[in-house]
Amino acid sequence: MSSRTSHVAADRLKGMQESVWVEFIRLAQEVKPVNLGQGFPDFAAPEFVTKALSDAVTGPNVLLNQYTRGFGHLRLVNALSKLYSKLLGRELDPLTEILVTVGAYEALYCTIMALVNPGDEVIIIEPFFDCYEPMTKMAGGIPVFVPLRPKKTHGPISSADWVLDPKEFASKFTNKTKMIIVNTPHNPLGKVFTRSELEMIAELCKKHNVICVMDEVYEWLVFKGSEHIRMATLPGMWERTITVGSAGKTFSVTGWKLGWLYGPHELTRPAQLLHQNCVYTCATPIQEAVAVGFEIEMERMGTPDSYWQDLIETLEPKRDRMAKFLTTVGMAPTVPEGGYFMIADFSEIGSKVNLDSEQGTKDYRFVKWLSRNKKLQGIPPSAFYCNEHKNLGEDYIRFCFFKEETTLEKAEKIIVDLKKSLT
Amino acid sequence: MSSRTSHVVADRLNGIQENVWVELIELAKEVKPVNLGQGFPDFAAPEFITKALRDALKQPDIFLNQYTRSYGHPRLVNALSKLYSKLLCRELDPLNEILVTIGADEAIYCTIMALVNPGDEVIIIEPFFDIYEPVTKMAGGIPVFVPLRPKKTHGPISSADWVLDPKELASKFTNKTKMIIVNTPNNPLGKVFTRSELEMIAELCKKHNVICVMDEVYEWLVFKGSEHIRMATLPGMWERTLTIGSAGKTFSITGWKIGWLYGPRELTKFPQLLHENCISSCATPLQEAIAVGLEIENEHMGTPESYWRDLVDTLEPKRDRMAKFLTTVGMAPTVPEGGYFMMADVSEIASKIDLDAETGMKDYRFVKWLCRNKKLQGIPISAFYCNEHRNLGENFIRFCFCKEETTLEKAEQIIMDLKNSLL
Repeated sequence: MSSRTSHVAADRLKGMQESVWVEFIRLAQEVKPVNLGQGFPDFAAPEFVTKALSDAVTGPNVLLNQYTRGFGHLRLVNALSKLYSKLLGRELDPLTEILVTVGAYEALYCTIMALVNPGDEVIIIEPFFDCYEPMTKMAGGIPVFVPLRPKKTHGPISSADWVLDPKEFASKFTNKTKMIIVNTPHNPLGKVFTRSELEMIAELCKKHNVICVMDEVYEWLVFKGSEHIRMATLPGMWERTITVGSAGKTFSVTGWKLGWLYGPHELTRPAQLLHQNCVYTCATPIQEAVAVGFEIEMERMGTPDSYWQDLIETLEPKRDRMAKFLTTVGMAPTVPEGGYFMIADFSEIGSKVNLDSEQGTKDYRFVKWLSRNKKLQGIPPSAFYCNEHKNLGEDYIRFCFFKEETTLEKAEKIIVDLKKSLT
Repeated sequence: MSSRTSHVVADRLNGIQENVWVELIELAKEVKPVNLGQGFPDFAAPEFITKALRDALKQPDIFLNQYTRSYGHPRLVNALSKLYSKLLCRELDPLNEILVTIGADEAIYCTIMALVNPGDEVIIIEPFFDIYEPVTKMAGGIPVFVPLRPKKTHGPISSADWVLDPKELASKFTNKTKMIIVNTPNNPLGKVFTRSELEMIAELCKKHNVICVMDEVYEWLVFKGSEHIRMATLPGMWERTLTIGSAGKTFSITGWKIGWLYGPRELTKFPQLLHENCISSCATPLQEAIAVGLEIENEHMGTPESYWRDLVDTLEPKRDRMAKFLTTVGMAPTVPEGGYFMMADVSEIASKIDLDAETGMKDYRFVKWLCRNKKLQGIPISAFYCNEHRNLGENFIRFCFCKEETTLEKAEQIIMDLKNSLL
């Protein structure tokens, strides 16, 4: 009888559970609510991109259906290099400074697994996109959490009002800190970190020799009055920064699962090697289509024909509409400066509702109650906090406003009816 | 000054290098040879599949461009369940017993990373598909190698003549053995393990409580006279076997990078969890198209309309043609029973050539010489052996015969000219 490792599962899976998405996707399938939960549009992807994919698989170049270069299809890394070289003000080497991945997800996974050793500390700013924590733990790293907090509690709140406390933040850097993960524009808050906020982070990274991982997937979705600033452009930061991007968010094709990272070769190379052993290469026709999409967008950038411009102009009124109807019903939204999510404090309305039939933290219970009883689905933000800080999220609900007008109308109606039923 | 882990790169990448093909790919780009190296067809993918993707993109169901279920798009896991339930003679639960992955590569990665702990031994049969070793090491596992050896050295050799020594195999199982990886049909040999060979492996797995990972990506490519047998159907093996498949090999679309694994829930749930925290989900439109392809093939299986039947009927004469021209020039091929690779012993021909201008092991030098001087590309086989056993591969080259007739004609011409030049 074997006496090898007695448990079947590897230790690196200890403590891993089904993600928040699995539970809520299941609920949505059961209840079929108006779904403002998971972050993707409920209208068609842009035709210039879907046409490019169709052309790639049915076209005369048969090799577009076969394996391509492991670290990224040439046409795509060249397009990414051209685009980001312009935006970074530096020549980005397409072969050594870029890696194409299966969504931003795999970019983050490869970065963390390639650079974090057991015992290394990784600073994660809360609320955080939920994968940062399990990925850090799988690498044997120790997540160290530091929350953004709203600096005002009354009146209209913007995502700009959610800030880090400089002293608290600085205290998180120790001699074990290997990495910090920063998400800007931020999910779920929509915060677009300012230059001076990024400079504060940069100073600490340089002082403590920390690698900065910038999750910038919403980089194109920044509303009027804000500007997306790339950490990699700050003085002394190029050499210690890996930046992650996403075709899914860039072209509204989240189901294509294509992303990338870029940075200095010293940092991208380990991620490239990990990728090589994990998936080896990404889907060729999808990379070809995304490359075509970039070539087209690069021509139109800054002009009225720009898809990204159009996306912002489409989303901003949706943002404002949602902020308005949430406010009317007594939820206090945080108006995002970027991205397509909005969180709202539902505690006032939540206190008038009996949530006893549901389980979990207050926001989990409210989200489930709202889905089951009012057929409107959001996401509970305490999922984006570590265990110790879940209370920081439990008064909030996250909604996605990247939806058809008809969807937002239905949501608005449900919310207004809910308000009426409680008066 | 920080005193955290002094090296940038995580320890799990120790000893991991860029894979062996990179140098050869660079050479091929320079030389532009007739490429019988990497394993993919140079003819068009089947139209019913590319059309299915084109249709998926045009459909009114806009969700086909957005995120789908993490463990596998419902339409695809249902199609896989239907297909394999029939072949396994057991009901395969589409939700709990199947995982869809980024090609077979990610299925192997998730399986090993989810089940292997540092110190666990993993038996790998040589020659082996190159990723098994680095992924085992990344998981902290200890690869234990056991070679297939040809039981004859003269006369026509079939892949069936390459066998394991039963005593040698049995000696590799220790109380640390967690897993064995078996590839059938085998790359690069083309060996299709017989029922009794699988039974021998099964007995040892059961005796030592070992998990059996079956890489069966070439399951549909089995030539006349051989039969693909699924380890998961052997008595007592379902509960300890994970089987891997590949849409790339199934539908000649290696560039789509969609694969799967199936097995009992007790084992499948761990790679599912790892996948969820690594990739999150695979590309929706690709999964939809492959589901359509499987639905069509499921109907056509065993009939003259079957694509798989057609593929085998197309490949068998190519196999025979290649075996013939290699033999004519004094290379001794191993005629494969399955798959689309052929190994050939080049020692006789190599001895007549001055390989001093090239570096590396004998097979590498021959492959590079052949590429540079004769513009024909193969793959060196010593790459499919562990360091200690590289000598077992150094007389062999691997060619892919899943190519257009014109490609094979050119290859044949080159080989003939080579023969003439050596007389």
